[in-house]
Formats: sequence, C-alpha cells, structure tokens
Amino acid sequence: MSERNHLRRKWFNRLMLVLSGCAAGLAILILALILGYILVHGISYINLNFLTQAAKPVGEAGGGMRNEIIGSLILIGLASILAIPVGLMAGIFVSDFASPKMAATVRFASDILAGVPSIVVGIFAYAILVRPMHSFSALSAGVALAIIMVPIIARTAEESLRLVPNSMREAALALGITRWRAVLSVIVPGALTGIITGVMLSLARVAGETAPLLFTALGSNFGYQGLTKPIGALPLQIYHYALSPYADWQHQAWAAAFLLLLLVLCISILVRWISGRRHA
Amino acid sequence: MEYDAATMSPPPVKGRTFGRRRRFGDRIFSNLTLIFALVIVAILLGLVIVLNIEAAPSISKFGISFLGSSSWDVPKESFGALPAIYGTLLTSAIGVLIAVPISLGAAIFLVEMAPSWLRGPCSFLIEMLAAIPSVIIGLWGIYVLAPFMTPIERWLGGHLGFIPIFHGQVFGFSFLTAGVILTLMIIPIITAVSRDAIKAVPDHQREAMLALGATRWETIRRAVLPYCRSGLIGATILGLGRALGETMAVTMVIGNAYKLTPSLFSTGTTISSKIANEFGEASSGLFIASLVELALVLFGVTLLINVVARLLVWRLTAVKEAS
Repeated sequence: MSERNHLRRKWFNRLMLVLSGCAAGLAILILALILGYILVHGISYINLNFLTQAAKPVGEAGGGMRNEIIGSLILIGLASILAIPVGLMAGIFVSDFASPKMAATVRFASDILAGVPSIVVGIFAYAILVRPMHSFSALSAGVALAIIMVPIIARTAEESLRLVPNSMREAALALGITRWRAVLSVIVPGALTGIITGVMLSLARVAGETAPLLFTALGSNFGYQGLTKPIGALPLQIYHYALSPYADWQHQAWAAAFLLLLLVLCISILVRWISGRRHA
Repeated sequence: MEYDAATMSPPPVKGRTFGRRRRFGDRIFSNLTLIFALVIVAILLGLVIVLNIEAAPSISKFGISFLGSSSWDVPKESFGALPAIYGTLLTSAIGVLIAVPISLGAAIFLVEMAPSWLRGPCSFLIEMLAAIPSVIIGLWGIYVLAPFMTPIERWLGGHLGFIPIFHGQVFGFSFLTAGVILTLMIIPIITAVSRDAIKAVPDHQREAMLALGATRWETIRRAVLPYCRSGLIGATILGLGRALGETMAVTMVIGNAYKLTPSLFSTGTTISSKIANEFGEASSGLFIASLVELALVLFGVTLLINVVARLLVWRLTAVKEAS
C-alpha cells in the first residue's frame, strides 16, 4: 500500500517536472516560430529599391520605404532629445536629492506612467498638440514617444545610480567638491553603463510603437517636411500595408517588419551583452 | 531643501562666503533635478485632467448609461461602450487563462529545475518575446496565426458546438485569435515576475519540506508556491494590465465588429482597437468625446490594476528584505 503510494508520488513528481519543462520549451518555441517566420519571410523582400525609394501611389508597382525609415529615425531622435534629459535628471533627483517621501512619489508616478496604454498617450498628445496646432505633426509624435520613454529611463537611471557605492560619494565630497560636481563628474559616470542600458531599452520599445503614432504622426508620402507636418514611420507603414489588399504592399510590410525586428533584436542583444559584462 | 543624514551632505558652513556659494550651486542643481522629476508627475496629472476635459461632453450627455449601452451609431450620435468593454475583458481573460499555466511552468523550470548554465539564456529568450513590436506580432497574426486558428476553431465548433461560446461561424479573425495573440504577448512579463517571486523564497522553506520526505514537486506545490502567492498573483495582474491596454496586434486580428455575442469565434472589438480604428476619422465633437471616454475607462482600469499589482509585488519583496 505505502509502496504503491510512494510510486504514485514519484511518478506524479516526474510528470509535473516534465510539464513545467515543457512550458518553458513551449514559450521558447513560440519565440522561435515568430522570429524565424518574420526573419526568413522578411529578408526575401528586402532589396535596394525597398531601402532607397519612396512609396509609390496605389496601383503602381515598386517603390520602397526610404521616407518611412528616415521618418522613424527622426521620430526616435526627437523623442530621445526630449526624454533623455527628463528621465536622467528625474533619476538623479530620486537617487541623490529627494526626501524619502518625494522619492516614493516620483517613483510611483513613473511606474504608473509606464503602465498607461500607449494608445491613451497618443490621445493625450493629440489633445495637447495636434488640435491646438491644427495639424498632425512629427513634433506631437515625438512628444508621445518621449512620454513612453521617460519612465523607463528614469527608473533604470535611478536604479543604476543607487548601485554606485556610497563610499564613492563620500570620497568625492571629502575632496572638497560640491555635491552637484560630485554627481556629474563621479556618480553619473560610475552609473553610465546602467543609464545607457536604460536608454537603449527605451529606444527598442518606442522604435516599434505604432498606436501613439496613429493620430499624431499620421503618416505621409512625402518624407520629412518639418516638425509641424505629418511624417511617415516604419511601424505605421507596416500597419497600413499589412491590412492592404495588394501583394506588393504586403511584401513591403514583411520587409519593413524584418528591418524593425532586426533593429530591436540588435539593441536587446547589445543591452544583454553590456549588462552581462557589468555583472561579470 | 534640507538634506537628511542618509544622503550624506556636508554640513553647511555658516557665515563663510565660499560655503554659501557652494550651497548655492547645489541648491540650483537639486532644484533643477526636482523640476525634471516634477515633469513626470505633471504628465501623469495632465493625462488625467486632459482626458476628463476631452470626454466631458460624452460624460454629461450619456452619464453612466454609456457603460451599459451597446449602440455605436455615428449619424444618430448615440454611443455606448459595452461591446468594447466586453471585448477587452474577454480577450484579456482568454490571454491570462492560457498564459498563466505556461508562464508559471516556465518560471518553476527556470528557478527550481534548470541547470545554472541554462537559466540565463532561457530567461533571455523568453524576455525577447516581449521585445517584438506589437505591430509585427499583428502582421504575423494576420498571415500565420489566423489561418492556423481557423481549423482549430472549426474542430472546436464541430465537437463542442453545443456550448454557446463554441458556436457560430468561423473566420479565423475572432475573440479567440485575439486572446491567443495576447497570450503570446504577456507570457514574458508573467514569467519574469513569477520567476523573481519564486527566487525570493528562502531556501530553508524548501529544505524543511524536503527533509520531511516530500518529492520535489510536493516541495514546490506545498512550500514554495504558497510562500510567494502574492507575488504570483501580482505577476498575473501585471500581465492582465498589459493585455487590457494592448492595441495593434489585437486590432489586426479581432475583425473589428461592434457586437455583443457569447461566441468566441465571432469577430469583435476592444476599447483600444475601437479607438485605433476610428479616432483618426472622428469628426463630430460628441464622437471624439465618446472615444476619449473609452480611453478614460481603459486608463482607469489599467491604473487600478497596476496599483494593485505593484502593491502585491512590493509586499513580497518587503517580506524578503525583512527576513
């Protein structure tokens, strides 16, 4: 009786352990399927025209996504210019200057902001910029993307600044320099890898964001025409072309997905490599 | 601004000019960082205020009935949120139901079973799934997942069609497909947070259980999982929050029909996909306000869910730090 009970427990143990292994395997298999399909399928549609030509109007074959590639780079650059100073300074405030209560407040606000659905951020940017300026614009899209980047940068900056040992702060202050000099020339450089990692993570995130661009950047066939004019972006074009009935456009959507995925994966792997080296 | 002892500021040197000058520079810099930090708080408050102002016409016109009505008639200006709310809750529930067992299994594997050389790469690969942009998952969903789901839905309909949720015509674009897409997108976050929660369980819990003669599974089931229960619930709720707000991938596979039906095979809509589809073309004031009110509902729900999840996950890490 007890022998059978023992056997039953042993087999049940094995079954459950195997099942949990299968769950991990399944998660990785799904990733492999998605990545593999997009990379293999997408690379076959990448060609010189795709990279160097502008989009053609409906019905004309050919054309490419030059304008959208440039548009995406402009939007990411604009968002970075707006978000990096805010995120970094907020991180410095929380780690080095804030009272515990203020630190908790800012940290809480940035956690909540990080959880706001990106489409809601898009509506916010529409209400405060697009409507008052009477035009969809690159600027409003940049602001929307920056709002998504800020909490990620602030949080990672704060965490890596706090990892800088207090003895470094004491040593800097003991040399007789002021606190702000100590922060800028000792503490921030000490946390630089962590800060850069956070910035890169936020870039990877906004590079593929589509929802906040729908009613801010809108999309445009003419390339960059200034910050106050609509602008095209890769993820927007993937969305429009994926839903289009034209095979040629669908192929371009795959090619664009390949390009975007490659960018995001490279950033992820680079981040992993940098933070792995730091821990080693 | 007073510095407390914990941040180790040099004591101010009173009555000496260089001391005052040094304090002056520090004060400017610390106030500058404060201003930037307040930008984050201001954005959050601004979001709440602007959404409320923009949604005001719809709130005052429809009142609470907005949440219970299922009409969406643009020419007649009659708007109700029920089908969108229903779609959001339904697809998220499907996503969480499928994702939790897989994520929990993967997390148990990563912490309790995987050899240490395998842990890092496996975690990294699962987290990589979260890095794929939503619109790319949607593209894959249209051309790979939806055709793949059609025979599955047909099979379910043939064998379990007597249950209302498995009843109806099969298109491939459906609540079920959207739910499966959400599953893929929230597995990484649920796995990562559960993994950290399980890792935070002290080893003596496991050792005590093993010493009683329990098998490894019994140890996990009766000692480890109950100990980090609040963290696991937090992980699930964080996943749910992610699923509720997800826009692009869902919009691309759900079929975008505004209707209320128990069938999982039916095309439908969610709050975010309704907004994504119509906000750009909305012209009348009340139409826009109704869409913003939808966004406000979504914002409120995700806000609540994120706060609850944070509190649960925090409580666990606080326990760990105290022990």
